[in-house]
Amino acid sequence: MNQHYFSGTGSLSRFILRRDRIRIPIWIFSFVFATVVIAVAFIGLYENAQERQAIAATMENPAMTAMVGPGYGLDNYTAGAMMAHQMLLMTAVVVGLMSVLLVIRHTRTDEEEGRIEMVRSLPVGRLSNVTATLTVLFLVNIVLAVLTGIGLYALNIESMDLEGSLLYGTALGATGMVFASATAVFAQLSHNARSAMGLSIGFLLAAYLVRAIGDVSSEAIAWLSPLGWIVRSEVYVNNVWWPVLLTVGAAIVLGGLAMYLNSIRDLGAGFLPARAGKVHASPLLLSPLGLALRLQRTGFIAWAIGMYVLGASYGSVMGDMESFFADVDLMQDLLVPMEGFSLAEQFVPTLMAVMTIIGTIPVLMAILKVKGEEKNGRIEHVLGRAVSRNRLLGSYLLISLIASFVMISLAGLGLGTVADATMEEGFDVAMALQAALAYLPAVWVMIGLTVLLIGWLPKFTGFIWLYLAFSFFVVYLGSLFQLPEWVEKITPFGYVSAIPIEQFDWTQAIGLTVVAVGLIVIGFAGYNKRDIGK
Amino acid sequence: MSVLKTVGLTKKFGDFAALDGVDIEVGEGEVYGFIGPNGAGKSTTIRVLLGILKATEGQAAIFGKDAWKDAVEIHKRVAYVPGDVNLWPNLTGGEVIDLFIKLRGGNNESRREELIRRFDLDPSKKCRTYSKGNRQKVALVAALASDADLYILDEPTSGLDPLMERVFQECIKEAKAEGKSILLSSHILSEVEKLCDKVAIIRQGKIIETGTLKELRHLTGTMLLVETKEPMPRLHEVKGVRGIEQKDGALSFQVDQEELDNVVRYVSGFGIVRMESAPPTLEELFMRHYEGTGTGGAV
Repeated sequence: MNQHYFSGTGSLSRFILRRDRIRIPIWIFSFVFATVVIAVAFIGLYENAQERQAIAATMENPAMTAMVGPGYGLDNYTAGAMMAHQMLLMTAVVVGLMSVLLVIRHTRTDEEEGRIEMVRSLPVGRLSNVTATLTVLFLVNIVLAVLTGIGLYALNIESMDLEGSLLYGTALGATGMVFASATAVFAQLSHNARSAMGLSIGFLLAAYLVRAIGDVSSEAIAWLSPLGWIVRSEVYVNNVWWPVLLTVGAAIVLGGLAMYLNSIRDLGAGFLPARAGKVHASPLLLSPLGLALRLQRTGFIAWAIGMYVLGASYGSVMGDMESFFADVDLMQDLLVPMEGFSLAEQFVPTLMAVMTIIGTIPVLMAILKVKGEEKNGRIEHVLGRAVSRNRLLGSYLLISLIASFVMISLAGLGLGTVADATMEEGFDVAMALQAALAYLPAVWVMIGLTVLLIGWLPKFTGFIWLYLAFSFFVVYLGSLFQLPEWVEKITPFGYVSAIPIEQFDWTQAIGLTVVAVGLIVIGFAGYNKRDIGK
Repeated sequence: MSVLKTVGLTKKFGDFAALDGVDIEVGEGEVYGFIGPNGAGKSTTIRVLLGILKATEGQAAIFGKDAWKDAVEIHKRVAYVPGDVNLWPNLTGGEVIDLFIKLRGGNNESRREELIRRFDLDPSKKCRTYSKGNRQKVALVAALASDADLYILDEPTSGLDPLMERVFQECIKEAKAEGKSILLSSHILSEVEKLCDKVAIIRQGKIIETGTLKELRHLTGTMLLVETKEPMPRLHEVKGVRGIEQKDGALSFQVDQEELDNVVRYVSGFGIVRMESAPPTLEELFMRHYEGTGTGGAV
């Protein structure tokens, strides 16, 4: 029987490790490195118990509980407690995401590409691939757990003892395992990689949301979500192990379920019914613009929701801003109080800059999609019919421009509305929206640059991401590292009026817009002249 | 008047000349076969004709208009099937067909349904589930359902089963009967033989032979199979005889057209028992050109 089911599992596990010999170490290293660096940063940021206690007070805020989990050990908020409370859940979600991506890659994607079929034609058991995938994933998460634990303990920080550090790592690893197994189950249920991925990430988000609702309203609900379990381990304060062990147990049970489902299904089949698609296209699809919209619809909606949530989460902490700044020295260096503006208002421009740069990602993705379609050989279908290049590129440009308006408005509205609802003295929503929209011309310049690259240097469109990352670095950390003023002026985001502390500068805004239009026009000219190819 | 014409068409990618002075001409109502080995420049030629690639030198015109400058105008009357059909995984075949028909302009609902039935395609499935053959059917249905004047087909049957290949051939014959012009790039010689009026053979970016099938056959001569009472030891010395092979006690060989009379006279001197003649198969013709030797048939 073992032969029948598990033959070749060892070789397949090694093969998976061989295929991901770069990918997996990068994931593990990133988690360990980020965790250690953040721990050090926390120590540096809050030098004494008094400062930490000030933060502990803000943790009573339900918005914070919803975001990072219920506070614990707040009356003696040590550096360890603070770090674990604020970082464990967020890191665990990303570890979960890693597991989802790796499992889908080695199960449903391989199956869809026909690679599993070739493997199964060899003397290999029915369950060998799913077993090998889970074995590797469990191994990855165990290594991650141990390295993170050792890394934190090695910092030699008083409040971060060995047991707590290992529990912190184990909580991360356990989360990774449970989402690996859950993803393996979803990979059996659905018919293709895309929907398996959608279900798995949906499950991860649902776990986060259910926990958030439960943590704020009733603990019983929080226990429905595996993420609700691991935040109850109270790392560095009470070090409760059993919720974490429960998570590992759930991972093993789900892994068994995935194997059972795998053993009773046909290769290429799933358990969820595949819906018959449409025989006819809706009239909305029948144009280059309609097609471009349809291809990006899901991503567009997801990003739009994400931008609102991002704005809302910043908005929810606006009320605590004052007490936060008052007690933390470093923040006072960053922000010199100004006459006539509250600290919250003063902080708006920086938040907006960060949110707009994040919001520029979906905007650039929208225009770069035309390049992706070209690379996949699907542009020929469109250009081979009665569609001009201007109309084609124009369709993607239009979506990109709409995205710029939608994403940035939603971020501003999210911040404004939630801040207004949570702050006693209220918050000016219109001002938040204006502060956000002030960034639009800068985003347009980024679009213009992308069109220019697509038109003239299609092989180098990736450079726009480097430029965006550079802009983020300059805007976010510029004042902290005290970079010279001219550095800020080599990104379009350096020419935006800081509303509300500055007046809106029409000359700058119009200047940016003119530059954007110019870049777009030149880009279109190039696109009309060049070869279209793979 | 020619529907499609290229003169000295040259396309360079860097230093590499993918096309080097290609001349082809498709007349109205003609089915024009475009054949050559992989990487010879068939798809590149077609993509220049579609205005997707810009010619380095030379002219490409369709309906008397410039293929690059007037692409959109031309495409209103052209239907195209690419060799490697890549579709959007999350759209259904039916949606893609509708989109393609709409992007060209025009709409013929009954024709669409008829073709979907004939090609036995399930239009309600997402493209990601289609095999190569089914993706090709989607492109073929979209192209054939449109009322175009010129069909440009790049190896359209490479993924189809023999039954569907026949459906395709019927469709092309129908289109031809309606007076449509067709440029058909293909690897399948029997298909070319059945459908095409004219053929161009391309190799390493150059057209090495064009003409009707009859003309091309003429170039290679006739295949003879002869059994004689006495052996013919000096047959290979006779002018115009090539590729002698032993077959079931008889000799098979190729004879140049202009020497046919002399060769038959020579052979008859040995007492003919059996004699069969046949035109050379296209395969022999093409193998000769594909291999690029230009001398001798399949020896």
